[in-house]
Amino acid sequence: MEVAAETVHVERATRASRIFAMLAAAALVALISLPWWGDAGDMRLIAEMAYYLALAQLWNLLAGYAGLVSVGQQAFVGLGGYMLFYLTGVWNVNVYLAVLIAGPFAGLVAIPVAFAVFRLRGAYFAIGTWVVSEVFALLASLIGSLGAGSGMSLTVPILLEISHQRDVRNTIIYLMTLAVSLFVTTVVYLLLRSRHGLALTAIRDSESASASLGVNTFGAKFIIYVATATCTGLIGALIFLQKLRISPEAGFSVNDWTVVVIFMVVIGGIGTIEGPFIGMLIFILLRELLADYGTYYLILLGLIAIAIMLKAPWGIWGWVIQRYNLQLFPVGRRLVVAPFEKTAKP
Amino acid sequence: MILLRTQNLSAFYGDFQALFGINVDVEQGETVAIIGANGAGKTTFLRTVAGALRSAPDAVVFDAEPIGGKTPHEIVRLGIAMVPEGRRLFPSLSVEENLLIGAHSERRGPWSLKRVYELFPRLRELRHLPATSLSGGQQQMAAIGRALMSNPRLLLCDELSLGLAPIVIRDIYQCLGAIIAEGTTVVLVEQDINRALDASMRFYCFQEGHLALAAPTKNFDRAELTAAYFGMQRR
Amino acid sequence: MQWLNILIQGGLLGGFYALFAIGLSMSFGIMRLVNIAHGDFIVLAAYVGMVAIDATGFDPFMSLIVVIPAMFLFGYALQRGLLNFTLSGGLLPPLLVTFGISVIIENGLQQGFGAYDHRLKEGAIETASLHLPGGIDLGVYPLLVFAVAVLAIGSLQVMFYWTRLGRAFRAVSDDADTAELMGIDNRKLFAVALGIAMVFTGIAGVLFGIRTIFDPAAGPIRLILAFEAVIIGGLGSLWGTLLGGVVLGIAQAVGAALNPNWQILAGHLAFLFILILRPSGLFPRTRD
Repeated sequence: MEVAAETVHVERATRASRIFAMLAAAALVALISLPWWGDAGDMRLIAEMAYYLALAQLWNLLAGYAGLVSVGQQAFVGLGGYMLFYLTGVWNVNVYLAVLIAGPFAGLVAIPVAFAVFRLRGAYFAIGTWVVSEVFALLASLIGSLGAGSGMSLTVPILLEISHQRDVRNTIIYLMTLAVSLFVTTVVYLLLRSRHGLALTAIRDSESASASLGVNTFGAKFIIYVATATCTGLIGALIFLQKLRISPEAGFSVNDWTVVVIFMVVIGGIGTIEGPFIGMLIFILLRELLADYGTYYLILLGLIAIAIMLKAPWGIWGWVIQRYNLQLFPVGRRLVVAPFEKTAKP
Repeated sequence: MILLRTQNLSAFYGDFQALFGINVDVEQGETVAIIGANGAGKTTFLRTVAGALRSAPDAVVFDAEPIGGKTPHEIVRLGIAMVPEGRRLFPSLSVEENLLIGAHSERRGPWSLKRVYELFPRLRELRHLPATSLSGGQQQMAAIGRALMSNPRLLLCDELSLGLAPIVIRDIYQCLGAIIAEGTTVVLVEQDINRALDASMRFYCFQEGHLALAAPTKNFDRAELTAAYFGMQRR
Repeated sequence: MQWLNILIQGGLLGGFYALFAIGLSMSFGIMRLVNIAHGDFIVLAAYVGMVAIDATGFDPFMSLIVVIPAMFLFGYALQRGLLNFTLSGGLLPPLLVTFGISVIIENGLQQGFGAYDHRLKEGAIETASLHLPGGIDLGVYPLLVFAVAVLAIGSLQVMFYWTRLGRAFRAVSDDADTAELMGIDNRKLFAVALGIAMVFTGIAGVLFGIRTIFDPAAGPIRLILAFEAVIIGGLGSLWGTLLGGVVLGIAQAVGAALNPNWQILAGHLAFLFILILRPSGLFPRTRD
């Protein structure tokens, strides 16, 4: 404690993170300009990567930071998707407006759901969220104005509302998906940098200890749950805007919207911002490489996830951090003690 | 003959080091006390010997066999039994079932249900009750009986007197005398120094994970013990 | 009379759910394992039965001669070789690893047998029924399944309370660390526990395959139904699980009576309702 106060400052950024920021900016420019040099297939793939990244970030926020291991996020994907189809198809709401309403609607539904499932802990919570999602799926399959068991399609007039030209339409949907994914990743990142982020990490590490230190665990978890549901609903609307069709099975699919997302987060590294990105890349890579061999990529993904959980529970990125002390998205705070001969910034 | 020897024994809870290079010898047939303040590492020492915490294989040697890397149930089979701190009886098992769990290792020897009931006659009367319905002293007896059922050569006792009335403690220690008379080697961990010193032949005093003093109980310097216990003169 | 009939049919259906749930209840009760792959194990057992029937010409009941030992060995090996390594690190490792197993089984079955429906045919018993006064029909097969569930739970109860193995299971369930300090080999015991749990999962799988069509993706909903029965009944109590199954079955029967499409939904809603009112179930036994 003999270091003078002005020679110490708290630093977030690292050299690696600065280099990474520049590379990321370049990549972003490339992605935004994709519609002008790539084809529709490329856009579909990149958009898919973007929404999977966002879903993975959101699940990571829930489980990795707030300790809420949900197996029911597909509930909000489905709700968002259905809301888009319902508003545009039944009430003739403008499609952009419908996308914007879909997210908050899912968030609104998440409020009573949270009051119910938050009474449950650990495994109960996981199964409880899953059952809630099954309830929504069953309800969707019973409601006639939602197309019941066969679901709904986006009609041509709605698509024409976006644009009369197919290429332009694809470009707009692609850019929207990209923007939302970027937005969600940014929100998660900023949240983790904030004081709330610290509180969340504390909840994950020890709920009772942080409660006794005055961290409001219920409040923080509740906000995270509802915010995550809102973002998940928004992404759900965009996913099905691309797919043009929704059904109870596709909308509320536990495998598509939660299981593979959990695998991505765990393989990449739970509790890190970088992990979901790495996990998403591995998922897409496996799927594209093994596209001709049926569902073997899922078997392989399951095997990798099991191996990671047993051998490196903090995932690929956790292993990298440990090994090289790297961080590309600095969310941690490092105490930097400046050498005495230099005058450090206050 | 040396029954238990720890050589440069260190133990960790995650990143936290709880024991630092402990060297302890226990002769066959001896009763040795380990004393020290709260957090000195006494319980950690017992748990490491019993295999609940990992250590280097040759850091714990029992009857000339290195056992540091073995699992707890393997160690029980070799003849080390533990009376854990706070008794830790199985709540959904009856008293007799708790005793029978102790016999799971199937080691042969003098102890059986019959012999344990002779040592603790009260337990025979209470044998069909759930273990948790017993009084603290009776629970302690059941915990000792459970450990004896594995016919140990070395008995590790963690805080036998914890939470018990003085008169009950006296009874328990009387029974311990009978167990020692049977030829069982005993390592006692106690916070009650006088109780521990009365019951043992030699003692080790731990302090913050280090061995601070080792001496015979009949003949030692009180001032030295005070210093070792409270850490007034650290090495 | 109509409502009495609904209660009876629902109760019998509950025997089925209880049978689904026994393996899940055991593995949670003894090793605190949240087994997401449980439903897929039920479906896997039905496939093992199907393969055994094809290979030997046995009828489905006889196929249990193959299914039971196969499932025991599978459970033992799985716990020993994989699941034992997930039990020290909190909720996520077992949840994720069993999720992985679930995906592997589901997609493995799909690659091996295709995504088609299958059915195990037992013949006349499937449709036989007893006519009781008052127009109540008791299906012989549901009755048989209920009896099997009661018998299974009864025999497990005998095992838990009258055998050395059962005593060790209860001790480990109470306090695994202390049990190991008393000389119990937890890892081996857990493997035996999952082996035994799989025996009942195997029986459930074959009986399920006789009753309904199944396909590789039929696992998750069985898992949810089994979980609902276990949690409604209260964790760690097998008779509670039977009762949980019965409550679930009756809720579904009532829902189905109101509208045939509401059967599963009514069960889920009853489950959520009970869970919100009594998070530890109706008959809790396990502490924690």
